Order: sequence, then structure tokens, then C-alpha cells
Amino acid sequence: MGKIGLIIAREYLSRVRKKSFIIMTLLGPLLFAGIAIVPTWLATRESTDQKIIWVLDESSYFDGKMEDSGSIKFEMILKSLEVAKSELINNQDVSLLYIPKIDINTKAEISFYSFNNPGFSLEKTLSGKIRNELENIKLINSGIEKEQLEQLKASVEFNTYNLSNKGVENESSSEASSAVGYISAFLIYFFIFFYGAQIMRGVIEEKTSKVIEVIISSVKPFQLMMGKIIGVGAVGLTQFLLWTALSTGIISVGSTILLKDVEPDKIESMVQDQPMKTPVKSDTGNVIFDALKKVNFSLVVGCFVFYFLGGYLLYGALFAAVGSAVDSDADSQQFMLPITIPLIFSMVIIAAILKEPHGSLAVWTSIIPFTAPVVMMMRIPFDVPAWQIAVSMLSVIGGFLATTWFAGRIYRIGIFMHGTKVNYKVLAKWFMMKI
Amino acid sequence: MDILSINGISKSYGDHQALKDIHLNIPKNSIFGLLGPNGAGKTTLIRIITNIIMPDAGEIIFNGKPLEPDHIRAMGYLPEERGLYKKMKVAEQLVYLARLKGMSKSDAVRIIKEWFEKLDISSWYHKNVEDLSKGMQQKVQFIATVMHKPQLIILDEPFSGFDPVNANLIKDEILQLRAEGTTIIFSTHRMESVEELCDHICLIHDATTILNGPKNDIRNQFRSNTFIIEHRGNLDVLSNGYTCLSSTEVDQVFRSEIQIPIQENLNDLLRSLADKVEIVSANEKIPSINDIFISQVTNSDNG
Repeated sequence: MGKIGLIIAREYLSRVRKKSFIIMTLLGPLLFAGIAIVPTWLATRESTDQKIIWVLDESSYFDGKMEDSGSIKFEMILKSLEVAKSELINNQDVSLLYIPKIDINTKAEISFYSFNNPGFSLEKTLSGKIRNELENIKLINSGIEKEQLEQLKASVEFNTYNLSNKGVENESSSEASSAVGYISAFLIYFFIFFYGAQIMRGVIEEKTSKVIEVIISSVKPFQLMMGKIIGVGAVGLTQFLLWTALSTGIISVGSTILLKDVEPDKIESMVQDQPMKTPVKSDTGNVIFDALKKVNFSLVVGCFVFYFLGGYLLYGALFAAVGSAVDSDADSQQFMLPITIPLIFSMVIIAAILKEPHGSLAVWTSIIPFTAPVVMMMRIPFDVPAWQIAVSMLSVIGGFLATTWFAGRIYRIGIFMHGTKVNYKVLAKWFMMKI
Repeated sequence: MDILSINGISKSYGDHQALKDIHLNIPKNSIFGLLGPNGAGKTTLIRIITNIIMPDAGEIIFNGKPLEPDHIRAMGYLPEERGLYKKMKVAEQLVYLARLKGMSKSDAVRIIKEWFEKLDISSWYHKNVEDLSKGMQQKVQFIATVMHKPQLIILDEPFSGFDPVNANLIKDEILQLRAEGTTIIFSTHRMESVEELCDHICLIHDATTILNGPKNDIRNQFRSNTFIIEHRGNLDVLSNGYTCLSSTEVDQVFRSEIQIPIQENLNDLLRSLADKVEIVSANEKIPSINDIFISQVTNSDNG
């Protein structure tokens, strides 16, 4: 094993064996899975409690029209409002829906009595049900047949196609593309920041503990810097892969255990939160899958790996240079600014990029090496021309070589400097210095 | 035969000249003291020898060949500002450092175990570095410097942080290494250890060498024909050309420092004194390295 290999191995093993790494690796997926499963589980769990609603219908428009749906069970009663209300006291779980005699042409005033606040979703469900029914009655009263009514309802499915020069039409879906792009771009952004900071802290630790003075008589500063960048990157990659694997595992196991008693239909209606659905409803799940299928996955995965590593390497050397220039974490703030600005800028313009994935802002920022990793990843699912991907990748590689060369020149001096007050002028002097 | 020849090395950082035309020869199998006040350029010279930085001019010959990166494996450097990875285990850390010097893992483990037994610290093998005291860490660093059996060892303030017992232990190891054929460059401010250990010394001040040569030659060079005489009876009149530099009395015994002209010797002095006082003892006053160091540095600052 060469010297860089030894350094990579030490950087990697010393971090992977840390308790904090193991805890983070195990907790991360639990957190992700929690975010993914728990809301769904909570939402469906609630629905297993049966809700009984007495319907006191004086208008007689709703006779046999109130069908039980999901957890809601309707019971038609024939009592006076006063009697019904007094009986509620002995049946506090039951609610009362009072529909008075309605003049169908004026505003209908419906009353709902219960001991517990009905909640927004139930209120919406009930008022929607009643409105729909009254609309139907009004339409029929005005002489329109039920069949005519069905025909009048418009059903639209919006399909987008991307044309390519070969004349092939690719179906595309901008929602799915946005989601895939956004998630990938965010992961890259997070990865650069989190592991870049780890490089910086590693360099500062070597400097303050003075171990650098011992190491440097055996290896060149550049070897040490590259070894650290690659070693920390490997830790990040390991953590990322473990997170992906564990999250997938936990989500699939967790959802089978927690959600096994729930019919898929119910989950769907909970997730959609739209109880009054048009008949297309049952296809929703498939629609999402179809949309995802339209994204070119091999391209997305390939580019993700490239920009994930490319972006990290591009910024990694800069983080190392900052670490070499300061004596403690706290001093690093002033030099972090030029590194964080392009990264934050690329996250800020994401909304604009999504709006116009092929606009000039999008094209330029995906070619400039500092913004390219995040911005280009955002654009990839929207079918970026091959030449732009090629130019962007070359630019990232060129940027990586340039920042590493630049950072290496500061690093080789910085690691020996203790207690000196460093500003940008001093950095420039170090950069020009020959050793 | 010199293990290291430094020929006309100069180095500057911006406007600051750290080394100016340094010429040094370091004989094989010697203990070479590299002395000088803070900021004189010692660390720069050591970093040039260990190939960490490049000189602006001049060349270094190691074992008869111009210095190249591969030679670094044959050197061991204990820097003045030194540290270890705090979160690593002692043995693991030493194996890592040994492998960076090009040793195989199994050789490294074997040699490290030998050293642990020699310094009686086998129980530290699996300890974390952060659990060791400063003196204990110094021992580990000393092992890290010598474990790959270098031909040339450069020790910068090796005794700092050691109690007298452990300082002696390390001193014995240094002498043992020399007996085995190793050359040692020894940079320190502690003149008593220079006096005790070094064969050759070199004094660097303001980027230049102001003294260089075998320790005894340098001492002879600074002899001023001064003698310390203990005597009973007051010494009022001295012969022509003799000067009494100082005289103190303790319990009726006087202790006088007398400088005599260069062409005379102790016999002449005793002869002239014998008539006047009762001589108790007589010794030549040989300057200590410490005196030479201070006088040379202040002289060159004033001149």
C-alpha cells in the first residue's frame, strides 16, 4: 500500500470506528423511516375508530343517500331535535347531523352536534357530501338526466411528451422530475457541507495536536491532504450507502408491520386527503409509478454519483485549505464565506431553475464548476442536452484540479503556522511562496 | 566520513532571510549539537535536511549522494513541537507511523514490542494516546523517531517534558544508538546536555554559523589562560602582567580568578604565588558551552 493508501485507511477507519459514526448511521434511517411511516400510520390508525353519526333528516332529501364511508357510519333517526340532543348525553361518542327542512334554492343551514370537536377533515367530508347531493338534486330538478350529468363532467388527463431529434416521443412528468432532481441536489449539498466540515476539523486537529509536524517528515503535505479528502469521502459514501440500505429496509419492514391491517385503499385516501374523489382515484398509485418510470434512471443515477463525488472533491480541498489556515474551528468563519456562498446560492436559485430548467440562468450555473454539482443535478431529470452535461462534467473536473492545486499551495504552508493572524493577504502570500 | 554535508544552503521567506550560506559537515557516528537562540534558523535547517522544504541555494549530500526523497526513510526526526493522534491507540499509531516510513506491518509490530519492553511500557500497548501523560507521550514519540532504525536521527529538544529519571533513560538510549553506529543531530537549549553528550557543535545565530567544530577544539579556542586558585592569606600584590579578575573569601580561604599572559603557564603562576600565599588548589578555568554560547551571541548582536 502506498503512503496515500495508508493515510486513506487511517482516516477511514478512525472515523468509521467512532461511536458517533455508528450512532449516526443507525439513528439516521430510523429518523428517515419515522418521517416516512409515522404520519401515514397515525393517519390510518385513527380511522379504525368507528365514528357513528346520527342523521336527523327533516328535509328527506338524504334518505338512503348517506352511505357509510371508511370509518364513518351513518344512522338515520326519526326523532325531534330536542330528544335526539338529550339522548346524545348518554352516547357521548356519537355525533348528530341535523338537516332541517331546506328550501333548495336558498342557502342551506346544516347543524352538527357532538361532544368532541369534529375536526377539519370530517367537517369537510360531511359538508362536501351534502353539497354534492344538493347539487345533484338541483340539476335533476332543472330537467337534466343523470346520464347527461355524467357526460357533462369533464375528465382531463394531462400528458407531456419530450421530442428528440430522432423523432422519438418520451413521456415526461415534471412533478416526478422535480422531486427526483430536488432530492438529489439536496443530498449533494448536504454531503458537501457535512463532510467538507469534517475534512476541515481533521486538518485543524492535526495542526493543534502538532501531530502534523511528525507526519510531515514522512509524507508530502499534498499526499496528506488528498489522503484525508479521499478517506473522509469514503466515510461519507459508506454512511450514505448504509443509510439508503437501512432506510429502505426499515421502511419496508415497518410499513408491513404497522400498516398490515389497513387496506391499501384507505392509505391512499388518507394520503390524498380528498374523500370525494372522481372515479380515477384507484389509479393514483400507478400514476406516481408511471411518472417515475418516465425519468431516465440510469442517467440520473450515473450523474448523481458523478456530481456527488465531483462536488465533494471540488470543495473538499478548499475546506482542507481553510482548516490549514486557522488554529481553531471558531477562526474558520471568515474563510468559510467564499466557500459557502456559491453552495447556498445554488440552493437559493433552485426555484428559478425548476421554473425554467433550460433557461440561461440554469445553463450557465450548471456549467460554472462551483454551482454545477447542485444545479445540474436539479436539471438532469428534465432531459438536459448531452453537450451541456459533457461541458458541465469537464468543468467540474477542471474545477476540482484547480481548487486542489490552489488549496494545496495554501495548505503546505498553513499547516506549519501557529498563532499567526491570518487574513486574505497572508493567504495570498502563502500561495505565492516557494518552499 | 561525513554522513551529511551541507554546502552553501540559503533560504529566505519573503523578506526574511532564515539561512545564509550555511556550510556544515556532520561526521558519521557522532552526536552533533545544533545550537542557537530562538529564531536563529535551526528548525528551517532541519526541515531542509528532512526534505520538508527546499533550499533557495546550495545542496545537501547524504552518504555521498545528493539528498533525494528516498533518503528520508533513513532519517528519524523528532520535532520540537510534536504530537500524536489523541483518539488512536498507542500501538496502532506507532504501526501507522512506521508504515509511513516504509516498514512492513509485521516488522513494525515486532520492533514496537521490543521497544515497549526496553522502555518498560508494555502495559500501554492498547491505551488511547489521550490517556497518557505528557511524559509518556514523549516516550512514544521517541520510539516513533527511532523504530525504523534510521542512520541519522534528528532530535529537537528531546528532553523537554521528561522527569530526570526518564531523561536519563532516554539519554542512555541515545548513547546506545550511537554505539550501534547511528549519527545524531541534537538541537537544544539545555547546555548541560550538550556538554555531556555532544562530540561536535555548531552555533547558528542570525541565519549564519558563528561557531562550528569538535566540542573540545571550540572550548580550547575560548581558553583565556585564566586559573582558579584557592589560597589562604590575602593576595595583595601580583607579579607584572597578571590580573586578578575576581576574588572571594569563604572561611578564610580565598578563591581568585587570575589571568596570566599567553606565553606563560600554570607553573609560572604557581611559582610566583608560592612565596606570597598558601596554595590550596589550582585549576584552569575552561569556559562552559553555556558561557561560549552567551558571549558569542551577545558579541555578534553588539558587533
